[in-house]
This record gives sequence, structure tokens and C-alpha cells, in this order.
Amino acid sequence: MSRYFARKIAIYLLTFFVAVTIDFAIPRLMPGDPIDGLIARFQADPTASEELHGYFTESFGLDQPLWEQYLTFWRGLLQGDLGPSIAYIGSSVSELIWAALPYTLALLVPAIVLSYIAGNRVGALAARRKSLDNTVLPAAYILSATPYMWLALVLAYVLAFKLGWFPVSGAYDFSLQPAWTWEFVRSFLSHWFLPFLTLFLVAFGGWAIGMRNLIIYELEADYANYLRSLGAPGRLVRRYAYGNAVLPQMTGLALALGAVVAGALVTEIVFGYPGIGSLILTAIQNRDYFLLQGIFLLIIVGVLIANFIVDIAYVIVDPRTRTGLQGS
Amino acid sequence: MATVEPPVESLAGEPVAAEATAPRRRFGYELLYFALRNRKLVVGLSVVLALLVLAIVGPWLTDADPFEFGYPIGEPPSRDYWLGTTSAGQDVYAQFVYGLRSSFIVGALSAAIASLIAMTIGFVSGYRGGIIDEILGMLTNVVLVLPTLAVLIVFAAYLSVGSLVAEAVLIGVTLWPWAARAIRAQTFSLASREFVSLARLSGAGSTRIIVREIAPNMSSYLFLVFILLFGGGVLTAATLDFLGLGPAQVMSLGQMMYTAVYSSALQLGMWWWFIPPGLGITAIVGGLYITNVGLDEVFNPRLRER
Repeated sequence: MSRYFARKIAIYLLTFFVAVTIDFAIPRLMPGDPIDGLIARFQADPTASEELHGYFTESFGLDQPLWEQYLTFWRGLLQGDLGPSIAYIGSSVSELIWAALPYTLALLVPAIVLSYIAGNRVGALAARRKSLDNTVLPAAYILSATPYMWLALVLAYVLAFKLGWFPVSGAYDFSLQPAWTWEFVRSFLSHWFLPFLTLFLVAFGGWAIGMRNLIIYELEADYANYLRSLGAPGRLVRRYAYGNAVLPQMTGLALALGAVVAGALVTEIVFGYPGIGSLILTAIQNRDYFLLQGIFLLIIVGVLIANFIVDIAYVIVDPRTRTGLQGS
Repeated sequence: MATVEPPVESLAGEPVAAEATAPRRRFGYELLYFALRNRKLVVGLSVVLALLVLAIVGPWLTDADPFEFGYPIGEPPSRDYWLGTTSAGQDVYAQFVYGLRSSFIVGALSAAIASLIAMTIGFVSGYRGGIIDEILGMLTNVVLVLPTLAVLIVFAAYLSVGSLVAEAVLIGVTLWPWAARAIRAQTFSLASREFVSLARLSGAGSTRIIVREIAPNMSSYLFLVFILLFGGGVLTAATLDFLGLGPAQVMSLGQMMYTAVYSSALQLGMWWWFIPPGLGITAIVGGLYITNVGLDEVFNPRLRER
């Protein structure tokens, strides 16, 4: 088990290192003087740009040797200093990210967990019922081929604009302030539902397809045939098949995280939901590179932590990783 | 899918003299036989080909330029404007067909680049094994956990992508890890087969064995990987374009949705503006996925049973 974790942790550390290095290298790879290049893109007033010029010179430390700049970059990062925001003058990048993060997590976590559970269940059912297989499977393929932002647009158009069941945009009613009151919670939930549904549906399609294919494969395996020839009830065989199929699905969960996060970002933009996705759009439109780099690092760290949680769950589910044998 | 038995004539009764060419041709006929009877393959491929034809021919059917202003403002679809106009007075049909073109170009190019990287890494790492495998595996794992879109956003924002080719290259170099892993696993199992050992005994080099012995034996698998990468490339490009990070001078389906959301098409109820681009993407990618399942059944007889 320790070998398994040592390998995983090595990969995570390496990934984080690569990500930070990319973050460091990109502005320095830009053609021309990076500071002038950056300043020229900001639509800020002259006094602000003066201040920014000073900050950039200091933070990039371009007069120092490259390795020293690199170390300074790491030091600032480990102290949680992600720089000031340009789009929102007066706020720091970390402040903005902390304010937006809860909204994104409120969408992502339930969508990932529920779509995983529901997708696995429905996929397993589809594997043994022909009628279900012929209806659910094509729907699942179409769902997993749908761009998140488009499904968001369609749901918002039909359920919010046409039928008026849900509000079209925002995270809560403009007349309210965030508070633990019944009124606010209700407003929050009605705004939350459509972006959640978008994420849930697209991810659900992928899980259902994966589980269905895995179960069919497992039901044809030798152990399943052997159990059946012993006269074991179909329920038992299916339970074993499900248990075996869950393992690759969990690996898939780790791999799909990045895609779901991407989906959440664009879904938020459609609904004007004040999470990380909307922050990214503002950062891009205002050429706010510090904000963009901060969000980039946040997403990387978030995905790595989520991967680590999946790894721990994997050890609990797959005994082979515990006994020192190599799990798949 | 109902079980389809191949016609007996095509499997037996051929003259022995034609042995050298006949098996290969017979194999081809058999594949075609199953291909035409596979409903998934026929439906999926028809959708993709129909859209491809629209992407090629569509722009010729209109005089409008996708970026040109001056048409009526916010018209719903009519005989003059097949898909209506935007709130800035642009022709949605022109934008849609030019956008389809971009989707196919970026999808194909990025899939080609990603396949090339995935094949190089997968073949080398699966065939050579040892320390090279360890290093390449580590590289693959690192790129695999890096959230692709986050990397792309930072790259595209700094480099300000100017052309479809640049966008395709960016997407291609982030899309390959899962494919490399899959190809490595396949290569690994092929590398221990007799015909590979035989080639090695006869003194063939690694490159020759990979190109002449291993790759042809998994060509159908590589083709499936390419199709999936194609779909992935189209979706990734749409997301980048939707964030306003694609090439601004080239019309794309993602850019249409970006402009539509930005111009509050949703709040104005202008469905003809944002429904076509997403529908186009869904149809291309969904068609590709279903084609992939169908082809898998055609190539792999065990799957035909269902």
C-alpha cells in the first residue's frame, strides 16, 4: 500500500511542480518586454498602471537571474500571495478566489457525486435490460457529446425563459443578501438547480455508458460463467460483476474531474453564476493575468486533491492495493 | 443488434489458387457486409457525413459573410435568412456553416496531432518497456492529471491564438494522454506474441517491428482512438472559443455561442442564434461516438452478438 501511495504522491508532486513552472514560464516566454506587453493590454487608468509597473518589476524581478526569479515565485506562492487583481482594482487575487469558490463547489460536488451514483446504477441496469439498453444508451451518448454551455443554454431557454419555472441567471435574488434565512436558501436553491442539472446530465451520460460496457464485459468473464454453471442466482453474479466494474469506473472518475470542472466553468458563464467560471471570463476579458494564473493554480490543486481522495477510496475498495499486489 | 450470420458463400468454396489475395479481400468484404448492416455505424456516419457536406457546400449557398453587418436586426428564421439574424444584424446561417467548417478543421487537425503523439509514446513505451516505459508513463500521468482546460486557458490567453492551426496544435498537445495509455496497453500485449518474437529473431529493428508488425495489427484500434480524439478536439475547441480564447478572425460555433450569451440572446428569446451552433457540435460529436461504437462492433466479432 505504501508503494502505491508513494507512486501516486510522486506523480502529484511532479504535476504540481510542472503546473507552477508553466505558470512561471509563460509570461517570460512572451515575445518582447513582458512588463510593457502586460501594461499595454490593461485598460486601467495611468495612475494604476504606474503602480502596476512597479508591482510587475518587483514580482517578476527581471533584473535578477532566472533561477532567483523562479525561487521568488515559489516563495510568494507558498505564502498564498497570488498578486493583485487588475480587473477588480483594490482586491487581491486570493480574496476574489475565496469569494467565488463556494459557489463553484456547491455546483460541482453534488453534480459529480450524484451523476456518478445515478450513472453507474442506470448503466448497470441497461446492461441487462434490452429495452433500457436501446433507449438509455443512445440518450447517454448524445448527452456525453453535448457541450456543457449549450445544454445550459437549452435548459435555461426552455425551463427558465419559456416556462418560467426557474430564474435565468445569478446565484440568488438581487433583492436579497446572503444569510441563513429560509427566504435566501429558497432563492439560492432555485437559482442553483439549472446549472446543477446541466452538469449532472452531461456527466451522467458518460458514467452510464462506461458502466454498461464494463458490466457486459464482466458478465462474460470466466468467473461469471463459472458461478452461473454452479447454479448461483443471477443476483449474486450481477453483484460480483458490479463490484468488479466499479474499480475502473473509479479510475475514470479521477480522469473525468478535469472535464467536469471545465464544464462547470462554462455553465456558470451561461447562468451568470458568480463562481470561478465567471471570474475566469472577467479575467480573460480584462486581460487580468494574475487572476488567471491564480485560478489556474487553484484548479490544478483542486483536481490533485480530488484525485487523492479517489485514490484513498480506491484503496478501501480494492484489496489488491492493500496487500501489495498491483491494482489495475 | 440482431445476430447476423455471414453468408456462407463468402467464407468457403473459393479456389485454393487465389489463396494469396483472397483472404484479405474476403476479410474486406466481410467487414463491409457487417458495416452496412450495423445500424449504429450507418446512422452515426450519415450524421457526420451530412454535416461535413454542409460544412463544405454550405458557405457556397450564401453570399453573406459571417462577420458582415447590415442585415435586419434580430429576425427569426425566414425564407431570406434561413437561420435568422443576430441582434447586431449578422446572418446566422452564414456563421453556422463557416463555424461547422472550423469545427471539422480543428477537430481533424488536433486529433491528428494528438494521435501522432499518443502513438509515438504508446508504441515506444509499450514495446521497449523498462526505464523508458517508466519515464514516459510518468509524463503521461502528469499530463493526464493536469486539467486540460486550465492549461489551455492560460496558454491561449497569453499566446492569443490567431489561427485555427494554432488552436488545433494547442488542443492536440493536451489531448493525447488517455490515448497514449490505451495504445501502450495494446502494444504491450502484442509485443509478446509469436510473430513479433519471430521478427525480432530475424534481426528487425525496433522501429521496423513497430511500424511493420505492431501498428498494422492494431490499425482498427488506432482508427477508433482517432475518432474519439476527433470528438474530444471538437468539444475542447468549442469550450475555448466560448471563453473568447479562439481565433477571433475565424468564425466558430463556440464563438457564436459566446457572442449570443454576451449579447443576452437568452434573455431576448433569440433561440435561432444559440440553438444551431450547439446542435451542430452535439451532432458531430454524438455522430462520431455512435460511429465509434458501430465500428467497434464491426471490427470485433464478439461485440456483434448484442
